[in-house]
Amino acid sequence: MKKLIFILGFLLYVGSTNAQFKKGSPSSPSLLKGKAVYTQYCLPCHQADGGGVMNMNPPLIETTYVLGDKTQLINILLKGLNKPIVIDGDKYTNPMPAVSHLSDQQISDVLTYVRNSFGNKASAVSAAEVKAVRAKK
Amino acid sequence: MIFDLLYIKKFTSVFKPLYVHLDLNLFEMKKPNYKIFSLIAAVILMSYSFTDRKDDIENAGLTLPAGFSAATISENIGRARHIAINKNGEVYVRLAKLVDGKGTLFLTDDDKDGKFEVKFSFGDFSGTGIYIKNGYLYASSNEEVFRFKLDKEERVIDPNNPEKIITGLIAKNQHETKSLVVDNQDNVYVNIGAYSNSCQVKDRSLESPGMVGCPILDSAGGIWKFKADKLNQSYNNGEHYATGLRNVVGLDWNNATNSLFVMQHGRDNLNSSWPKLYTEKQSADLPAECLYQIKKGDNAGWPYMYYDQIQKKKILAPEYGGDGKKEADSKFINPTVAFPGHMAPNGLLFYTGNQFPEKYKNGAFIAFHGSWNRSPLPQEGYYVAFVPFKDGKPSGDWEVFAKGFAGVEVINSTRQAQHRPCGLAQGPDGSLFVTDDVKGSVYKISYNQ
Ligand code: HEC
Repeated sequence: MKKLIFILGFLLYVGSTNAQFKKGSPSSPSLLKGKAVYTQYCLPCHQADGGGVMNMNPPLIETTYVLGDKTQLINILLKGLNKPIVIDGDKYTNPMPAVSHLSDQQISDVLTYVRNSFGNKASAVSAAEVKAVRAKK
Repeated sequence: MIFDLLYIKKFTSVFKPLYVHLDLNLFEMKKPNYKIFSLIAAVILMSYSFTDRKDDIENAGLTLPAGFSAATISENIGRARHIAINKNGEVYVRLAKLVDGKGTLFLTDDDKDGKFEVKFSFGDFSGTGIYIKNGYLYASSNEEVFRFKLDKEERVIDPNNPEKIITGLIAKNQHETKSLVVDNQDNVYVNIGAYSNSCQVKDRSLESPGMVGCPILDSAGGIWKFKADKLNQSYNNGEHYATGLRNVVGLDWNNATNSLFVMQHGRDNLNSSWPKLYTEKQSADLPAECLYQIKKGDNAGWPYMYYDQIQKKKILAPEYGGDGKKEADSKFINPTVAFPGHMAPNGLLFYTGNQFPEKYKNGAFIAFHGSWNRSPLPQEGYYVAFVPFKDGKPSGDWEVFAKGFAGVEVINSTRQAQHRPCGLAQGPDGSLFVTDDVKGSVYKISYNQ
């Protein structure tokens, strides 16, 4: 019986996330392209749910980096990051490699996707913004 | 330092006992209100199905071979790493993160109800390594090793004044934990993990080459041997016992062979760093997680090679000119057992008890913490495996011994696992103890036939 109730609950839960997913990611091609970039270049470390890996790779959920200053965020991708980060008292110790080999468009797509997935809600990052940050070095 | 901190808001306290991925759901819930009803209904139904007490769940949710049973003896004790058990069956657990300012827990079952309570906690340092030998409890932080004198009941006499026997070990973010074991001659073996994935010029980056004569190996990426009874030893008076080991978390002394055995965590990122050479599938399967028997002076080959368990060969690393096929220098040692990639062996224990059936005697148990670097393919591990041994050598294939820690069938994102096996210890009655560093459960596995 418990099992049945669990399954029922689970179905409801899955149903609601699926519906949510359709709604949360508008058919905008940028988000879809961003998801593809995420899957290939970010997911191995930050995981399918954006939740990261305990003590190693930080989550991308409502962090000040993800939601905050776009220049700083773009620079994390262009230059990488190698200083231990602490989130909720947990330290994340792996380094983030630069992904400057991605195009301005790919970086804008993936950052727009990350800023609007995993529960995040923030403005899009344009290719022009990436280009400007890259030019400054 | 303030600038290094990131903050995540906590929405989840009310729903803590539920699946972690529900948290996500709650984040997403903020905008469309029409979802709230179905979500609340889902949450209530799911939490109802979870109101069972853990010990009501058969075998604490684990699947075991016939005749074995399991129970959780403690829950929510913190990030439980390695574990040591004294001769009276009382339990010491190291914590990756301090709880109330302390890093080691002492658990006892005073009322004999099968549930262990924290009797006291001590040591203001977090970490992984812990071991009992010859009247001392050894415990490591990420830079140092301490030992506490035990009384004749193997309880710590003075928890506030350990001897600092080893100090100044390198801990540069990656692979910081210092696992340890003590042999029968009062020598302490300590793992010092490499602070890198594969010694690339730019760590974990696309097609970045390996550093020539990898400088990390001078002070890390190996096992160092120290005296158990000397204070303040460091690199200058320790012995560089073995090299070419990327990171070892599980290790044990095998009394049948009178030698050290270690489980290496193999390298990551074959596909993300070398997409032209490795597919996602190859990168998920490779390289092997290796069990090595270690003799003085051994070199296991990191970062110059990895072991490919499918070709059964030592393969030159792509950072050093490899292409997935070229073989590495044969001087590097061969593994004793090669497991599939990325499963993260965090605990190793040679079973010497009399409780389990004959097959298990002197065999190796390995706690696989579970993978993350198999993404985008589903994760693997999250179980305790067993390798039978006879005359100091494996006498059969490895097998899964205890599974179900994660609580879910398929794990895509590491965070979905509710428990991850980490440390192993044997009780005086021959039962096997397993820690979990996600929720802080301690499992006891017994044979009741
Ligand atoms: C090889 C693993 C790896 C890959 C691939 C990777 N990251 Fe990271 N990322 C990390 C690590 C580790 C950190 C933390 C670095 C540190 O502490 O210095 C990090 C930090 C971050 C941060 C800032 C911290 C936070 O949690 O908000 C952002 C944003 C981020 N990564 C986004 C991305 C995006 C987008 C991609 C894909 C284009 C990506 N990362 C690819 C490992 C990785």
